[in-house]
Amino acid sequence: MPRTTTSRARPRSKPTAAAPSDTPSEAQELAFYRQMVLIRRFEERAARAYSEARIGGYCHLNLGEEATVTGLMSALRAEDYVFTNYREHGYALARGIAPERIMAELYGRADGVSKGWGGSMHLFDLAARFMGGYGIVGGQLPLATGAALAIDSRGGDEAVVCLMGDGTTNIGAFHESLNLAAIWKLPIVYVIVNNGLGMGTTVEEASAEPELHRRAAAYRMASARVDGNDPVAVRAAAAAALASARAGAPFLLEAVSGRLKGHSVVDPARYRSREEVEAARAADPIAGYAARLLEAGRLSEQQIEDAERDADRTVAAAVAFAEASPHPDPDTLFDYTYATPVPNDSRRRPGEPLFPTMPAVSTAPSTNGAAA
Amino acid sequence: MTVISYRQALHDALREELLRDEDVLLMGEEIGRFEGSYKITAGLLAEFGAKRVRDTPIAEEGFTGAAVGAAMLGLRPVVEIMTINFSLLAIDQIVNHAAKIYGMFGGQAKVPLVIRTPGGGGQQLGATHSQNIELYYAFVPGLKVVAPATPADAKALMLAAIRDDDPVLVLENLALYNTSGEVPEDLEPAEIGRAAVTRTGRDVTVVAYSRMAVVALDVAERLAAEGIDVEVVDLRSLRPLDRDTIVASVQKTNCAVVLEDDWLTYGIGAEIAATISDGAFDWLDAPVRRVAMAEVPMPYAKSLELAALPSAEDAAAAIRETVDAVARRR
Ligand SMILES: Cc1ncc(C[n+]2csc(CCOP(=O)(O)OP(=O)(O)O)c2C)c(N)n1
Ligand SMILES: [Mg+2]
Repeated sequence: MPRTTTSRARPRSKPTAAAPSDTPSEAQELAFYRQMVLIRRFEERAARAYSEARIGGYCHLNLGEEATVTGLMSALRAEDYVFTNYREHGYALARGIAPERIMAELYGRADGVSKGWGGSMHLFDLAARFMGGYGIVGGQLPLATGAALAIDSRGGDEAVVCLMGDGTTNIGAFHESLNLAAIWKLPIVYVIVNNGLGMGTTVEEASAEPELHRRAAAYRMASARVDGNDPVAVRAAAAAALASARAGAPFLLEAVSGRLKGHSVVDPARYRSREEVEAARAADPIAGYAARLLEAGRLSEQQIEDAERDADRTVAAAVAFAEASPHPDPDTLFDYTYATPVPNDSRRRPGEPLFPTMPAVSTAPSTNGAAA
Repeated sequence: MTVISYRQALHDALREELLRDEDVLLMGEEIGRFEGSYKITAGLLAEFGAKRVRDTPIAEEGFTGAAVGAAMLGLRPVVEIMTINFSLLAIDQIVNHAAKIYGMFGGQAKVPLVIRTPGGGGQQLGATHSQNIELYYAFVPGLKVVAPATPADAKALMLAAIRDDDPVLVLENLALYNTSGEVPEDLEPAEIGRAAVTRTGRDVTVVAYSRMAVVALDVAERLAAEGIDVEVVDLRSLRPLDRDTIVASVQKTNCAVVLEDDWLTYGIGAEIAATISDGAFDWLDAPVRRVAMAEVPMPYAKSLELAALPSAEDAAAAIRETVDAVARRR
């Protein structure tokens, strides 16, 4: 990790210093819309590639979460750090990582962001300060807390954003992390993306305090809940939360968002009632945002068409790049076990003997007599 | 005899025990309304209700520990941990409490707990979701660890685990859920701690468990065509370990190959090799070979995953080389 500043004391900026203006320009609104469409098209294409067995493993999509992704990521500075769970393609896109390299990772190819080692759940890009998607529920929380600790120790004005799902607030690491951040006054914003469901379990079934942002009270941490279907509201809430974090008051932000499809690509979500599915569709953040902008005369049919066409082109190029990228060479299997070379590291393929084969003609006395 | 899947066999064992003993209850993430990530518990919430089929939040340490506590009061909880990888979040409660309570309190409290959890990889699930870490539990006195390879064993060992008064980890396997086999309707619980010779042969002993015990039988058939007569020992139980069955087989064949889905160094196979060295030293005509996973964090890319996973070809090659080594010695 590059050391970004040498001053020991982290300047505590005023809560409002970093907050972008609440009313975005027309250009910004269009950029939000285009970003959301790109995420939507990217995810739909990923689902198709998965069903064609181009993508393996588990694949969780941000379908329905586009406004939350876009609003949150737009509030970050370039030097801020992001930790997410495994549902993170959109966050990587919005952080500015090339769609080609993300798609190549989903395809498990050498040009992927994690060189094909991580897959859909484990995107990582140091240059974008995208510190990883994590597949173990809650696993990213202590790590993100530690990143904030590093910033605090070294001094600096960066902040950390740590994403998680609603279900993740029930795991011990959530509580341990929030407490640590609060007692140490770390520059971190924990963001709960509340899509109402773990896999099939609802927030109400799983959480004794279903207003999840209120859990911050146990740590005397500031918190807020925001409509995750509104990118502008999310951006404003995230900006305020980040300003608080930079000033030494960590923050818990809950974005109430939607999940349009199953938990992962393979989940048909039969446990959801027709009404629930229809409600999620009706709350589609992209359709909703487009309707609002259209009505206000701040978006045209032509711009919608352009956004869709451009997104399709970008995604098609990403797929072409991924398909052309080589599969990682099996000879690189042992390249990333240790960062420091070490004697006697076991670099054996399955079934390889520990020691080379015995000499062809043995001079050792036969020992099988005992069996006879 | 009926032919059912490994998944169905597990389901049937759970259902029969829920019917037989009202102290039995199921706990785990998504086991009720969602019917289980791998659908083992399908229909059980509807049949037995939410007190006996309890959906839990994502809180492995909390609900596994709660199951240990409930077991101390005489319930027989069967906890599903979605995959063995997530058991790492509960390992403190399993190792420090479930395994210790009987001994640490001088035998005053028993822990009749079952933990069901699948291992297995091979589906590009990546480094954190492809581990076979049953060894961590098989290492611990006070725990029992069983690893069925067939539907009949899945059912018989699950029945035994639920009726056992000690904590038992039942290692299932993602790749086995859809396999099928004969299961007698009046199947009795198995005796935990016994291996089985699932194929008799003269030339070489192959020791395996769980998915690899199925691979072993396939490879044995293939090698029979080449004139190599393989004996297969399916461990079925990793702790206690049936050392006598392993040693008796090697005393007959004079050589052995271990197939395992975990990592090589310090793996289950290391214990098998040590057992053979100790109990069949004078009979051995070749080093004990182990076919295991490459020692790397499992990569996602298919090309790398294939290189890291032990395959039937790797197993066949190691067996051939072992038989050749014996022939050279004789
Ligand atoms: C420790 C752990 N337990 C269980 C799982 C399996 N699992 C993966 S995602 C998930 C649900 C998470 O729900 P939530 O936090 O709401 O995130 P969402 O998927 O809805 O974005 C579960 C139980 C896991 N990956 N890690
Ligand atoms: Mg959720």
